[in-house]
Amino acid sequence: MSRESIFDCVLILCLAAVPIWAHFAEEPFIITLATRAAIFAIAGIGLNLVLGQGGLVSLGHATFFGLGGYAMGILASHAQTYMPLSEWPILIEGTKSMPVIWVVALLASGIAALLIGALSLRTSGVYFIMITLAFGQMFYYFAVSWSAYGGDDGLSIYLRNDFPGLNTLDPIQFFLIVFVWLLVVWIFTATLIRSPFGLALNASRQSTERVETVGINPYHLRLTAFVISGMITGLAGALFADLNRFISPSMFSWQTSGEIMVFVILGGVARRSGPILGAVVFIALEHFLGGLSDYWHIYLGALLLLVVLFARGGLIGMLLGRERVHE
Amino acid sequence: MPYLLIAEQLLNGLQFGVMLFLMAAGLTLVFGVMGLINLAHGSLFMVGAFSAAWVSGVSGSFTFGLIAALAASAAAGALMEVVVIRRLYKRDHLDQVLATFALILIFSEGTRWVFGSFPLYLNIPEALSGSVTLPGGIRYSLYRLTLIVVGLLIALGLYFLIAHTRLGVQVRAGESDREMIAALGVDISKLYTIVFALGAALAGLAGALVGAIQSVQVGMGEPVLILAFVVIVIGGIGSIKGAFVGALLVGLTDTLGGLFLPPFFELFMDASAAASAGSSLASMSIYILMAVVLIVKPTGLFGAKG
Repeated sequence: MSRESIFDCVLILCLAAVPIWAHFAEEPFIITLATRAAIFAIAGIGLNLVLGQGGLVSLGHATFFGLGGYAMGILASHAQTYMPLSEWPILIEGTKSMPVIWVVALLASGIAALLIGALSLRTSGVYFIMITLAFGQMFYYFAVSWSAYGGDDGLSIYLRNDFPGLNTLDPIQFFLIVFVWLLVVWIFTATLIRSPFGLALNASRQSTERVETVGINPYHLRLTAFVISGMITGLAGALFADLNRFISPSMFSWQTSGEIMVFVILGGVARRSGPILGAVVFIALEHFLGGLSDYWHIYLGALLLLVVLFARGGLIGMLLGRERVHE
Repeated sequence: MPYLLIAEQLLNGLQFGVMLFLMAAGLTLVFGVMGLINLAHGSLFMVGAFSAAWVSGVSGSFTFGLIAALAASAAAGALMEVVVIRRLYKRDHLDQVLATFALILIFSEGTRWVFGSFPLYLNIPEALSGSVTLPGGIRYSLYRLTLIVVGLLIALGLYFLIAHTRLGVQVRAGESDREMIAALGVDISKLYTIVFALGAALAGLAGALVGAIQSVQVGMGEPVLILAFVVIVIGGIGSIKGAFVGALLVGLTDTLGGLFLPPFFELFMDASAAASAGSSLASMSIYILMAVVLIVKPTGLFGAKG
């Protein structure tokens, strides 16, 4: 195994070991922190696909995170009040079933990613950054003015949704659901990156012209990657909403987009475990610095600035050195 | 719909548009000349608003507040450029986005630390309070009218600066060929600092002027920043003319969308559903405008580069 593979295994084992320890030590709050970190890691893995492999700086991934969250919130709130979502032309009822919610979250964020991507990918570079940011804001303002689902105040769901055979209100059982998703998503993207599709995507980042010359349409590659990426981040949004049992427009806010990007960069862009390490470090900083000072974002900002200016390749880059081109 | 209401909203849209132009002009100049995307431009807007509110609160003079806003935001901009930004010119956009995102965190939390979480208030100066009657019998706030005039004058001044002064020549030359003007003996790093501080001062001025008609609080800059992004995407990045046209389009779409869409939906919906659908769509209208412009012209109305 390469050093990076060993590092990945250790990191993932640690992320699993800490909450299991906390479960026996009866520290449910630590389990919740680990669950948050795992959910943020999933969101970051989604973004890392377009950012790291595709070189597309999307500053609007909060759109998908929020859509996943609202998919959960809308379905669960209708189940909570026994009011169907629609009666005509077909009867759609709310649901408290996690698997159904996940499917809806994946579909909703996938469709949104298809539409936003189809428009945004007509542009590139700095236009792309600004447009994805602007689409994110559009959804944010829509959520703020959508009073049927809480508008600005957000919406509480009183009970966590159900998963067959598990008690989801038990922190460790909910953590395990999230952790299994993290493994699935991580293995899926690691495989995808090595597939012909992933290699072509990576090539389109390095040289669009060459990819076109061998007969591949880079626009289709990027759009496909953007949709997959949006769906993964949307799934994370649904899990995040279930963790908090609360949704609000802030899931759509540009700060959320920025934070998802921070997970990726702090860990190491284009490294397959970068988002996991980034999310874990972010949560640890939030917990420890947040305990020291109300203004911990200053320190986060300073750290981020140092990483960007002096530690290109993020924390994994510092620990393992730059990624080798040929393996 | 009464004609006076429409006229007033048109003026509001114009006022919003010219203030957006002050923000967008700095962003687009910095991008055009240095190729840098600066998310922290909204923080400079906030610095301007806070300095104006604080100084005018202490001194009791709005003019002093304005001078303080210009000085503080230009200084903050120059400092930001010298310490952080100039290390980013040769980096890719991702690094620029992250570093300036980090700057937002530092500026916002720093301001919260100094001034607290409660908003400050900046009063409209005595001489400009009240309203005036315009030709056609429109009564309109004198302060907002002043904002329109000031904004238009600055747009004119900026046009003169870029088109007819030595600095403007250097800026335009910097946009088309950086190496060449450095080779011709222009101190490029000084030029960059000046352009950045100029953009910062415009943002700070906008913050101070707008601060008198809304509350001055942490996080006030970012919504404006994102609208300014929409403006320069519509106008074409790097183009001052594009920023001006884009800003007026966005300002007018925003205010007129809020005015016309809810009654429009009432034509075929019941009143409460129409109000809700109309206001949702109104808040999305500028982004729809942006999407339409992009479909027609992916580089914006006046943009040359991609």
